[in-house]
Amino acid sequence: MATEKLFGMHATALQLRSQRMMMLASNIANAATPGYKARDLDFAKALDLAQQGGSTEGAMRYRVPVQPSLDGNTVEMATEQTAFAENALAYRSSLAFLSGRVNTLTRAIKGE
Amino acid sequence: MNGNFSVFDISGRAMSAQLVRLNTTASNLANAGTVSGSEGGAYRSLKPVFRSVMDAHGRATVQVDQVTTSKMAPSKRHDPANPLADADGNVWEAAVDSAAELVEMVETARQYQNNVQVLETAKGLINETLRMGQ
Repeated sequence: MATEKLFGMHATALQLRSQRMMMLASNIANAATPGYKARDLDFAKALDLAQQGGSTEGAMRYRVPVQPSLDGNTVEMATEQTAFAENALAYRSSLAFLSGRVNTLTRAIKGE
Repeated sequence: MNGNFSVFDISGRAMSAQLVRLNTTASNLANAGTVSGSEGGAYRSLKPVFRSVMDAHGRATVQVDQVTTSKMAPSKRHDPANPLADADGNVWEAAVDSAAELVEMVETARQYQNNVQVLETAKGLINETLRMGQ
């Protein structure tokens, strides 16, 4: 694929980061839903699967709670917020790589 | 199953669910301490029941399934001077646990804030993505 050569793994990484952000947003949204089981994307595994052209469904993992609550909800705010912040930062770094690549190419095309 | 949730659906709907919860808490606290002339007429605290809604990709948002009334019984108090008192001079006080409601209020506010934060971060990231290469 042309974009694969152009942007390396960062195009895929950005997509997966966005996907993981949705999962973490789901967990935070369901912080008070009884019986809700928090899920997260195993990023390394998802990247492997995506690069082989497969679906990332196989990289979904149920969160193991540090201290399970009586209502069966496994969302722990501290864990989710940390993961969300880390994921947002990783998204930004992938974006910076992509932006840099686009800028380099634009300058090459313009012959600056 | 529902189509595809965006992060705005997920957090937005969670925020409205938390708002329903905050409204019931406000209603409960406002009615704490009210009395009634009969057991059936006394106020019973309201509690929303949350249910998660999933889309085809396993993303989940939350919605209020129903608002239930608490099974806690109103407490009977002998107060013949009260104009609402029945023939035996009894009134029934609203079945509201004020301390529990206050805790609920703080928790609701925190979780609402968390959802706002998620939305803000997601909005920022999308804006940055739109500006890519500029």
